[in-house]
Amino acid sequence: MQRAAADTPLNLLWLQSGGCGGCTLSLLNAEQPHLYAHLEQAGIRLLWHPSLSTASGGAVRELLKACVEGLERLDILCVEGSLLTGPNGTGRFHTLSGTGRPMIEWVRQLAARARHVVAVGSCAAFGGITAAGGNPSGAMGLQYDGDQVGGLLGQNFRSHAGLPVINVAGCPTHPGWVLDTLLALALDRFAAADLDPLNRPRFYADHLVHHGCPRNEFYEFKASAEKSSDQGCMMEHMGCKSTQAHADCNTRLWNGAGSCLRGGYACVSCTEPRFEEPGHPFAETPKIAGIPIGLPSDMPKAWFVALAALSKSATPKRVRENAVADHAVVTPAVKKTGLKS
Amino acid sequence: MSTLLVGPFNRVEGDLEISLEIAEGCVAEARVNSPMYRGFEQILTGKPAADALVVVPRICGICSVSQSHAAASALRNLGGHEMPPNGRLATCLITACENLADHLTHFYLFFMPDFARPAYRQRPWFGHAEARFRAETGAAMNDVLPARAEFMHLMGLMAGKWPHSLSLQPGGTAKPLAQADVLGLITLLRGFRRFLERHTFGDRLESVAGLDSLAALRHWRQGNSSDLAFFLDLADDLKLDRLGRAEDRFLSFGAYHSGEGHLFPGGIWDGVPHALDSHAISEDVSHAWMAAGLSGEPLAPAHGLTLPEPDKTGAYSWCKAPRYAGKVMETGALARQMVAGHPLIRELIAASGGSVLARVLARLLELAIVLPEMERWAAALKPGETWCRQDPLPDRGSSVGLVEAARGALGHWLTVRHGRIESYQIIAPTTWNFSPRDQNGIPGALEQALLGVEVEAGEDTPIAVQHVVRSFDPCMVCTVH
Repeated sequence: MQRAAADTPLNLLWLQSGGCGGCTLSLLNAEQPHLYAHLEQAGIRLLWHPSLSTASGGAVRELLKACVEGLERLDILCVEGSLLTGPNGTGRFHTLSGTGRPMIEWVRQLAARARHVVAVGSCAAFGGITAAGGNPSGAMGLQYDGDQVGGLLGQNFRSHAGLPVINVAGCPTHPGWVLDTLLALALDRFAAADLDPLNRPRFYADHLVHHGCPRNEFYEFKASAEKSSDQGCMMEHMGCKSTQAHADCNTRLWNGAGSCLRGGYACVSCTEPRFEEPGHPFAETPKIAGIPIGLPSDMPKAWFVALAALSKSATPKRVRENAVADHAVVTPAVKKTGLKS
Repeated sequence: MSTLLVGPFNRVEGDLEISLEIAEGCVAEARVNSPMYRGFEQILTGKPAADALVVVPRICGICSVSQSHAAASALRNLGGHEMPPNGRLATCLITACENLADHLTHFYLFFMPDFARPAYRQRPWFGHAEARFRAETGAAMNDVLPARAEFMHLMGLMAGKWPHSLSLQPGGTAKPLAQADVLGLITLLRGFRRFLERHTFGDRLESVAGLDSLAALRHWRQGNSSDLAFFLDLADDLKLDRLGRAEDRFLSFGAYHSGEGHLFPGGIWDGVPHALDSHAISEDVSHAWMAAGLSGEPLAPAHGLTLPEPDKTGAYSWCKAPRYAGKVMETGALARQMVAGHPLIRELIAASGGSVLARVLARLLELAIVLPEMERWAAALKPGETWCRQDPLPDRGSSVGLVEAARGALGHWLTVRHGRIESYQIIAPTTWNFSPRDQNGIPGALEQALLGVEVEAGEDTPIAVQHVVRSFDPCMVCTVH
């Protein structure tokens, strides 16, 4: 499929399968400007979106057919939700309504026509929460099944633009991750080098959730929260994976000024493959001999242990006491901060 | 008699397919299919009990906080514990934010755009409908999307993010608010009030919340040019009060437990009010692609099973059929207000029964009633006092969490053994409303509401059918989960 002429809006088709629709609902939280203005400014036209468009029924079936037959240009195919291959490989756990055909068949055919294919959310990227437990629906991602490359479309799939499936992972996705990906595609400034080793856009995946965490002072001194609503660092006891999870959640904030850590709960590393099956209770940090198994990325273990011991011994009273309280029980000392009094 | 298969059905949350038998220009039979199955009840089995708080919000992106709320309630009830006052108020605020945002999204993004379709171009109100409510490009989008996003800053302040928060805990909330947070909260609630008063109602919220009869509503409309008044005009023209009646049996689990009792008490209405008996609830799988228990009879959700049987004869949906004392129930804002005794809603149902008009009006009235309550809850928050109790979770037992989501009654039935989930059964609002037939052949609420709906010649996706479907604000991802 050829790229559209420079002044022609790109056609975007959005499909939903084995997910919760939460990435779309999150997208509606886009601000300054709002979602539709964002798309218009980026030069993107919604061919159809299941939650947002007017067309229903027959009109949609005709549109999908036209895309499959190449009569309608398909610049960007966004898929939200896992691809359900069950039962027994038939895909019947999700038939696209009104068509009697499994969604996985539609996705295979449409992906073969698309200039770009974008997996919106960890379900479409890797399988996500729908693949948890015994994966009863046979859920997988477009080009990954958990952390194994392959998935529905296979390891060798490349869209007409020459890229693999772009994995905008997250559960849910931040509206900015999706909109910036679409904008970069529309501006033709998205190349293979802009993808990380899991094919996530590097503009948000080259960060750690830890960056910008407001609990950083507690982290520095290893002053740890012990229970829900405590203010301390959640890495040591509460299962927080923000020092390993790739995303910019604490610098690109959610719903105004939020993030998981700001909401008082641990990062569950929802942008990573298999986050849904961590092998331990989500809200508890697994440890060996009192030391968390999952140490911060890129940090030598011995150094971490040594620094942690040192910083714990140097923790100020204010930080130590506030870490296990639900409000500031000790406030910062008032000091004269100028050079002269 | 001819058959019409309607789908894909958009501007509903998730995937929906409806099969219609048409006779003499009207729907003679309807079968509702939820064509997607993910198996959350199977996924949850065997997991540590508290992990439900991470998993269940992800059942649904549009009511994820309600799923959290139900799971946190079930876990809290397992130990027979309570929340501190701050925890109760925070839970009310966070759930109300989701519910009101959903009502707003439904009205402006899912429901009203249908009146901007070319099929209505001859109607006197069409020009305004098209200019203001057309999907994606209607002028209302410029007002609604920023107002909704700013209102949902409440989630950033109180729940970290939306959807898929983990702030709601069995003991209260993981997110304590400081004075600056409370002030920010009060500011954003006032901002949302300003939007509603300017655009949705054209009047003080208290004036709309106080409408207590059809006569008062008629009087209020005169000279008002708000979005609600416009909807009432076109509802009159299209007789939406005569469209989409089900059985008029209503179920609510009770909403907003801020202190003593619920703001909207729960119960049953079938012409008269009854107290709720959760033991009267069972799920029938006779027409679902689900295996029955050994007895073959409908099972109480505490003992429910979820075992897909994709080749089952006679089945046509992944959705089970919940029944209350064997009866079909409708749930949602209309049911909530009927059960709670809203005088205008009760009068409307007495006059013309459940309808597209009644369902949409009940949602809009809730926007006007609940936002002032949110302002009161916010003002009652006490930084420095406890937000979350730390009672240990029992490692065995059975419990239930019954809450109201935007779309109605949501129940989670939980059994824990050795700290792990032995059984987890969920009945979501749309499971009630969009259930298939039961073993007695009785159709679900939507299937009944579609009977007699007119289908114009040549329509492959009848518009009146779409109005009825969307009047329930269905959430299909919750329905089957």
